[in-house]
Amino acid sequence: MNQPSFSSRRILRPVRPWFIWLSLVFALLLNLMPLGRTPMLPDWVALVLCFWCVREPLRVGMGAAFVFGVLMDIGYGSLMGQHALAYVLLAYTAGTFSRRILWFGPLQQSLHVLPMLVGTQLVMLCVRLSTDAEFPGLGYFAGSLIATLLWHPISFVLLLPQYRPEDKDENRPI
Amino acid sequence: MASPVAGHSPPPFFRRGPAPLARLVVLVSAALTLIVVDHRLNYLELLRQGLSVVTTPLQVAAGMPVTGVRSAGEYFADLARLQAENEDLRREQVALGTIRLRQEQLDMENTRLRALLDMRERVQVNAQVAEVIYAVRDPFSRRVVVDKGLTQGIEPGSPVVDDIGVIGQVTRVYPLNAEVTLISDKDQALPVQIARTGVRAVMFGAGSGTLELRYLATDVDLREGDRIVTSGLDGVFAPGLPVARVKSVDRDGSGGFVRILCVPLAGVESHSTVLIMAPGKPVLPSTGNDATAAPAGSAPAPEAVKP
Repeated sequence: MNQPSFSSRRILRPVRPWFIWLSLVFALLLNLMPLGRTPMLPDWVALVLCFWCVREPLRVGMGAAFVFGVLMDIGYGSLMGQHALAYVLLAYTAGTFSRRILWFGPLQQSLHVLPMLVGTQLVMLCVRLSTDAEFPGLGYFAGSLIATLLWHPISFVLLLPQYRPEDKDENRPI
Repeated sequence: MASPVAGHSPPPFFRRGPAPLARLVVLVSAALTLIVVDHRLNYLELLRQGLSVVTTPLQVAAGMPVTGVRSAGEYFADLARLQAENEDLRREQVALGTIRLRQEQLDMENTRLRALLDMRERVQVNAQVAEVIYAVRDPFSRRVVVDKGLTQGIEPGSPVVDDIGVIGQVTRVYPLNAEVTLISDKDQALPVQIARTGVRAVMFGAGSGTLELRYLATDVDLREGDRIVTSGLDGVFAPGLPVARVKSVDRDGSGGFVRILCVPLAGVESHSTVLIMAPGKPVLPSTGNDATAAPAGSAPAPEAVKP
């Protein structure tokens, strides 16, 4: 599957705003699944937020990151503002590097995403350790590695609605 | 809004609002304010409760597939295992039944003796059974969520125990569920005493599910395997509840204190049915001025501290 980017010749349809918000809420839903202290779970909200900040920096930015960060803080029962701070910094970085990242293929894109996601976790780690929390162990960072591996499939799935052709015909019924 | 050319506003694809850096500074300072206010001042419980109206439906929706899979797994669970468990429970019930029969008599005897000794009656502890729904996903703390909340009359600060010993304390109450901080959490402190010697100490979580007894001098009389029970000095936990067993005693610490690691007796990290007790009101220890409150000559024993 050839990832559409600035270098590809494929022209996508414009994104629908409701789809962006739906995907973010769905990611929040995945994050709030009561799976307990299972290690190596990716932070879906961070991943989807990073994707949209790279893909649509004019529509999704730091404001959305802040709102979803506060919702995550309440859902997790963690320190208020912990996720909000980390996500805002993630959105800023992703938005700043969006033009650069989109020039690369999927593999190189993931290599850009990895430090951003690890940085998000580092921010949260610093915030919590400075408030005398317990160090969760190095397995905590494995979530970011998994999320990086998921970057290519996630971007394919989230771009699917934009692959649709303008006119339906019998070969392409959707 | 002044535009560079009169009568012409910039086309919409140039309009991006405030500069990204300015937005970053504003939002980061807002987030930092939230962090400081939540950590230092604890003013945000109301905001948390209010916004939990948004997240609770999402949490319930997210929990549905998990509980579905879990109950399906239980449905297909091994029949033999269930039968064995049933057998065990029945045997336990008979054993407990005999104890209960004796306890009624002991209770009556206790009341009589207390009346004779002119001591105040111990309050009857009323408790509610709750089910642990899930562990909180926050990897920096150890908390679980139970299925009883404000509507069932759960109060923050209530002690939580299971059938073996102390599990933790209710720290946050939502309308339909409550958050219990486990005793293995690093921020959770518990006043305890060593059952064999009666030495009082404070127990803290030490990470990775273990507990630590802090601030004991290096010559303290303590062995591996000693049982630790609550001392009841905080007035919140009833005295004498089993807490932990001493796992290792390291006396050559350089800090002047002995390093004591303990393992909790109750199934703190395994989530099952728990009992939420009504919190006792903390009472200041008697200053000795009122002779009626504490019998002369008696140490501030748990009985004297309990209301």
